[in-house]
Amino acid sequence: MNIVVLVKQVPDTATERKLSSDDNTLDRAASDGVINELDEYAIEEALLLKEKHGGEVTILTMGPDQATDSIRKALSMGADKAVHLVDDALHGSDALQTAYALSKALGTLEFDLVVLGSESTDARTGIVGAALAEYLGLPQLTLAGKVDVDGQAIRIQRATDYGHDVVEAQLPAVVSVVEKINEPRYPSFKLIMQAKKKPVAKLSAADAGIDTALVGLGNAATETVDFAPAPPRAAGTVIKDEGDGGVKAADFLAEKKFV
Amino acid sequence: MAVERTLPTSEAQDLLDLTRGIADKELAPRAAPDEEAGAFPRDVFALLGRSGLLGLPYPAAYGGGDQPYEVYLQVVEELAARWLAVGLGVSVHTLSCFPVAAYGTDAQRADLLPDMLGGAQLGAYCLSESHAGSDAGALATRAEPEPGAVPAPRAGAAEAGPDAEPAGVPEAPGYRITGAKSWITHGGAADFYTLFARTGGPGSGREGISCFHLPAATPGISADPPERKMGMSASPTAVVRFEDVRAALESRIGAEGQGFAIALAALDSGRLGIAACAVGVAQAALDLALAHSRERHQFGRPIGDFQGLSFLLADMATQTAAARELYLAAARRRDAGRPFATQAAMAKLFATDTAMRVTTDAVQVLGGAGYTRDLPAERLMREAKVLQIVEGTNQIQRMVIGRALAREARTTEGPAGR
Ligand SMILES: Cc1cc2nc3c(=O)[nH]c(=O)nc-3n(C[C@H](O)[C@H](O)[C@H](O)COP(=O)(O)OP(=O)(O)OC[C@H]3O[C@@H](n4cnc5c(N)ncnc54)[C@H](O)[C@@H]3O)c2cc1C
Ligand SMILES: Cc1cc2nc3c(=O)[nH]c(=O)nc-3n(C[C@H](O)[C@H](O)[C@H](O)COP(=O)(O)OP(=O)(O)OC[C@H]3O[C@@H](n4cnc5c(N)ncnc54)[C@H](O)[C@@H]3O)c2cc1C
Repeated sequence: MNIVVLVKQVPDTATERKLSSDDNTLDRAASDGVINELDEYAIEEALLLKEKHGGEVTILTMGPDQATDSIRKALSMGADKAVHLVDDALHGSDALQTAYALSKALGTLEFDLVVLGSESTDARTGIVGAALAEYLGLPQLTLAGKVDVDGQAIRIQRATDYGHDVVEAQLPAVVSVVEKINEPRYPSFKLIMQAKKKPVAKLSAADAGIDTALVGLGNAATETVDFAPAPPRAAGTVIKDEGDGGVKAADFLAEKKFV
Repeated sequence: MAVERTLPTSEAQDLLDLTRGIADKELAPRAAPDEEAGAFPRDVFALLGRSGLLGLPYPAAYGGGDQPYEVYLQVVEELAARWLAVGLGVSVHTLSCFPVAAYGTDAQRADLLPDMLGGAQLGAYCLSESHAGSDAGALATRAEPEPGAVPAPRAGAAEAGPDAEPAGVPEAPGYRITGAKSWITHGGAADFYTLFARTGGPGSGREGISCFHLPAATPGISADPPERKMGMSASPTAVVRFEDVRAALESRIGAEGQGFAIALAALDSGRLGIAACAVGVAQAALDLALAHSRERHQFGRPIGDFQGLSFLLADMATQTAAARELYLAAARRRDAGRPFATQAAMAKLFATDTAMRVTTDAVQVLGGAGYTRDLPAERLMREAKVLQIVEGTNQIQRMVIGRALAREARTTEGPAGR
């Protein structure tokens, strides 16, 4: 079973993240890039499926040159090879355009399954998986907390308020995962060394057959009009317990509509 | 605070990144509770094994990481900075692998090293005895050659056919081992024991000692309950007993009588591991003290603004940095194939004395809070102490260095004298 895992490089949530003032897009050079956290779970799930069913795991990333760091990290977890879709024409693409571009890149690959995170930590639109499945005309199994493959059938569990749903489809399919699905492994030192020698194919928009009139900041359906830093947190309220501390605390919570 | 390191290769950089990731996520949160509970983190060693950190300075051909000591030791330092029991455990395991890696026959290496270096097994190093600590050459554990067990040094004996596991009861004559080893790190928890025992008669001195590799499952090997120590409670230290243990000829590493030389050669490298551990502990104490000195206010200012504390912190940082450079200088000599035993002794001595001083000062910087078990300062101080004792007390290090100085002085004394 050949699996493609979609991996997005995002700014490290532990560092300060900035938007570039020129065009209101993310300043990707301003902070360290890391693999989008949920994508590590996607990689782990793909590796587990490979261990069970054989085949190859390919990483697909759309992003600027420095995204190679995240690609290497993904390979050092045990993925076999990678495809890096990189082209200035793609800069500033919105979520729909990203899904379109990824679907074209996937068109150059042979796969039975696409696994991706259900949401990124930077833009967090959470729609790439669904949009991608539409572009590809494939079944979408979203928010998977468990995946089983049996022949051509793929079954996932999705947690709900009342328990969980079981959703089934036929391969090829697109699956997005949530973090309860597994515990991503650490790369090993040996795999880190091997990863340096694994093939990473660079793909331009033209290579992937992407119509550049449909992608990029200028052609995006959405536009970031303005942005502002989150206001500094206001000082907390200190309640002195002078016998009536409990009442004051309850009043405070009621005022904020917590109780 | 991440220590800024100069590393020789980009793969070493990746290795340190991997190490820091594991150390921050898997070691740091567990150090305090597991030390309190005295729980040995065998699963952490399994993770380190899977990640390739249990055989770093050994050849890749046998499952090692092919890393120079300069790099391997910095990995140990990072681990020890989060949790000494783990950093020291990795150092002791690496020490335990040294005799087979450096003195084993090709057959022994091919047979034993993949599991030892690949992370499947954890090792222990059995040299000290209750009556032979600093004077390890006086050890009494007896490995009696069975009749016919000729001391053929590097005979092809090791081709030996099917695994003699688990019992290892040899067909051919071997040795019968009886005795007890004290203070054994990983005693009772290890998968194999690297043992030094006397194959010569009583009074045979250092030349009567041989080295053995024994699976922990060998019948007759047992461990007492762990010692109740001042610190490092998560690292079991125990008496390991050998009662009429039968060891095959192939379990002997190196020639009969070569054991003590092997033990000392192993310790030359092991001491560098202890020095790296000490720098890790000192760095952790320094980071803790520095952070506290910025947060804690007295007399309306951060206490770190008072010259009295600022100078103390400056000394702590300087000594820690110097200790790091000293072990790295010794490591680079080793990596370049030059003699390094004296430099290793100096590094062990200076780094462990530094760790003791810096951790003690860290408690001082934290004041009353430093003396409680709610913060790690007092634990670091208890941990630092053991490093002045293990793998040759610091008195023994001074002895090693002093003797080397005297030797050097004798050889440089020209005919003109002085
Ligand atoms: C601060 C900010 C705000 C934004 N706001 C919007 C907005 O409001 N509307 C909009 O349309 N776009 C927006 N974008 C652009 C959007 O982030 C990108 O188009 C992005 O590539 C896809 O959206 P996402 O990260 O939200 O994907 P999600 O749907 O949240 O991501 C799900 C999964 O898709 C995969 N994936 C996503 N991107 C890639 C990639 N480049 N390469 C490989 N796999 C990928 C990953 O597996 C990921 O886990 C914004 C970007 C930023 C930085
Ligand atoms: C936690 C822990 C883990 C250990 N792990 C191992 C292990 O895995 N394997 C192993 O084989 N051993 C291990 N040891 C043993 C350790 O190496 C010994 O404790 C050490 O070598 C000192 O020996 P001793 O305790 O018998 O002290 P002694 O040798 O009795 O020394 C007592 C004191 O006398 C001093 N002294 C002795 N001789 C001289 C001299 N000639 N000149 C000046 N002063 C001298 C010493 O410096 C010391 O201060 C461990 C010890 C501890 C505490």
